Amino acid sequence: MLLVPAVFAALVSLLPIVYLVVRAAEGGLGVVAETLWRARTLELAVRSLGLAAVVTLLCVVIGVSLAWLVVRTDLPGRRVFGVLAALPLAVPSYVAAYTWVAALPDLSGFWGSVMVLTLVSYPYVYLPAAAALARLDPAMEEVALSLGRGRMSVVLRQLRPSVAAGGLLVAMYVLAEFGAVAIMRFDVFTTQIYTSYRAGFDRTPAAVLGLLLVVVTSAIVVAEARSRGRASYATRGAPARRRRVVALRPAARVAGLAWSTSVAVAAVGFPFAAICYWLLDGASAELRPAELFSAFGATLSMSAAGALVSTALAVPVGVIAARHRGRTASFLEQSTYVGHALPGIVIALSLVFFGVRYAYPLYQRWPMLVLAYAVLFLPAAVGAVRASVLQAPPVVEEVARSLGRGPLAVMREVTLPLALPGVLAGGALVFLTAMKELPATLLLRPTGMETLATRLWTETGSGAYGAAAPYAALLMLVAAVPGFVLGHRSTREDA
Amino acid sequence: MRLKVDGVSKEFGGTRVLAGASLSVADGELAAVLGPSGCGKTTLLRIVAGFESADAGTVAIGGVDVTGLPPERRRIGIVPQEAALFPHLTVARNVAFGLPRGGRRDERVAECLNLVGLSGYGERMPHELSGGQQQRVALARALAPRPGVVLLDEPFNALDRSLRVSVREDVRDALKKADATAVLVTHDQEEAMSMADTVAVMREGLIVQKGDPASVYAAPHDLGVATFVGEAVVLDASAERGVASCALGSLPLRSGGGGGRGRVAVRPEQFVVTPPEAGVAGLVERVEFFGHDAALTVALDNGVVIRARTRGDVPHRPGDRVGVGVEGPVLFFEL
Repeated sequence: MLLVPAVFAALVSLLPIVYLVVRAAEGGLGVVAETLWRARTLELAVRSLGLAAVVTLLCVVIGVSLAWLVVRTDLPGRRVFGVLAALPLAVPSYVAAYTWVAALPDLSGFWGSVMVLTLVSYPYVYLPAAAALARLDPAMEEVALSLGRGRMSVVLRQLRPSVAAGGLLVAMYVLAEFGAVAIMRFDVFTTQIYTSYRAGFDRTPAAVLGLLLVVVTSAIVVAEARSRGRASYATRGAPARRRRVVALRPAARVAGLAWSTSVAVAAVGFPFAAICYWLLDGASAELRPAELFSAFGATLSMSAAGALVSTALAVPVGVIAARHRGRTASFLEQSTYVGHALPGIVIALSLVFFGVRYAYPLYQRWPMLVLAYAVLFLPAAVGAVRASVLQAPPVVEEVARSLGRGPLAVMREVTLPLALPGVLAGGALVFLTAMKELPATLLLRPTGMETLATRLWTETGSGAYGAAAPYAALLMLVAAVPGFVLGHRSTREDA
Repeated sequence: MRLKVDGVSKEFGGTRVLAGASLSVADGELAAVLGPSGCGKTTLLRIVAGFESADAGTVAIGGVDVTGLPPERRRIGIVPQEAALFPHLTVARNVAFGLPRGGRRDERVAECLNLVGLSGYGERMPHELSGGQQQRVALARALAPRPGVVLLDEPFNALDRSLRVSVREDVRDALKKADATAVLVTHDQEEAMSMADTVAVMREGLIVQKGDPASVYAAPHDLGVATFVGEAVVLDASAERGVASCALGSLPLRSGGGGGRGRVAVRPEQFVVTPPEAGVAGLVERVEFFGHDAALTVALDNGVVIRARTRGDVPHRPGDRVGVGVEGPVLFFEL
């Protein structure tokens, strides 16, 4: 019953790969081999993977430490820090990259890319880690303490699924990143694909590099699934107990405050201040409110539609992934992850190709862009659904069955109400991310439509930082609203 | 309603969990399925509920074959190990979950909460209740739609000992007042014996014996059942014409039939402690004092170690020499 929509979602996600294979095959084996054999290809792989590994590691360190400080300690102002910690989601990576590189031009390259990408993507670890910490059964920690182990031994173990899912998202996000690395002038797969795609008539090398990137990401997905293993993380029954808060010693309190503050300043304060500076500095540039408004409307409607579609597609996949083990379940889940591994630009191109050949009436209309968003952000939505469904233990569903509810009624009356907060959080996350999406929007937007992101890109591209500032400010402002809500939820007592 | 399970088998990945188990429970009867963990009792319960399907065999409730029916059409109530209340619903809405819309819903909810002694708790949320209260709400929820059979899956495991006894009584009373047919799955023989009308002992995927608690205890089907349903000292023996000879002397048999080589099982309450010369002599090794009674561990001179139940005011100390005799007939099982 869930299988049909889940298979549909998986097929939609797999569409771009099909295109890549078709494109690569059209060029012939010779070109494929030649592209793969280049020394440049190996260099790109090392650069891309190195960047992803370092950023993921740093995101886990920052995300888990902030989550711990905010949820489980008496850190002064932890509610404020909880909100601030989620805010970088509202900072588009390319905007962050620009603010840094404009202030410190020497920062470009590997470490500049590492810094910018870490600061914008650690909330992918922070949010699930904070949610998992909030629902941990304190009894388990007490058991660990009683066994003479630190409480961290069991906390970290319980956090693993959430942190692994968040870390996986970060790694894939970095591998698919285009705007920030382009601005930081650090050449990786995506920028090389873009360059070689734009460069010539022969698009086979771009397709081949794209396929290679898919292979790399699939390996990460498989590794993560293996590490998740056979352990079951659904809490049996409801612990239904208040969580304990650790009282920090003075030194730890100062260190915690310093750490949370520096992350907030670097990730949120600095880009915000830089944009304010531009807004004031660029006051001479003429502001056109009508254009601003129409771009705002287009961004809102496209992102909302994208969030709606990907959440709708994610529900069947997430439920199956949470409840079933086996080849079909993990194949369905993992095929939805593949979409995220492809750079937005490749997904956009594949849909252009698909539109031109098979769905011409939709070509350069809004459904194509929404579809691209759905493919791009399905992993985030599926992860959220899967984690939320794990909140409703199977035994509770069985009780509902015994009380006369069919499978559909159980889903509607028990599973969904329990999972809904998490699913909605996932939808908000998709909405946020879609508003910041750049490459696919650039290529797939309907003729004549400008979104906040495309305006920002155009203006910054021509060096008109003052003119770009209102769009950047608006993007950050709008995106901050759901971020605020997510951060607030993570600090609520009964979250 | 009457429950009849007939020849149910189940395999999980090549491991045989149920090997043709049969069980029948009369209308209004509270039956306990008693067995060690891994004997298949939970699987049996899940098959009766319809959460698992049997490889072979049938399940009938009230004379109607429900083997092929999904759980929602079987009219069973279930009380799982840890209550599993719906965390997003109030107590009242938890209890009302299985009731048809409209009608006298509120009335029935109040009635059921009253039945489990939780009147006035309707507006609480599950996490505001203690473990015992959650368990009682789970029972009220299961009873509300007047199910044909109520299934209880080790429902007292998560409760602490002092609470367990009182919740057990509450649950038994509520089930009896509701006149419900119920199956309680447990590994705790004391729980099974004290609560149930009948006890079905399960082992290796089969129900090996079913009867009222006293007769299962007094006349176990085999040595395994004898030692599982109660403590016993087991000794090699040979029997002839209703008398067994063993390390404790010649003892009369409870069932006269057997003969030849076998084993006797002596219950701790059958032992009497005497002066050394009046019984089989030995040395007191240990005295365990429980208040209402005591247990004496005695190492007999012939090498056998026995544990005897005695009155609470036991005068003996470790190291004392005593004699041990046996009162009443003993159980004998042929090899």
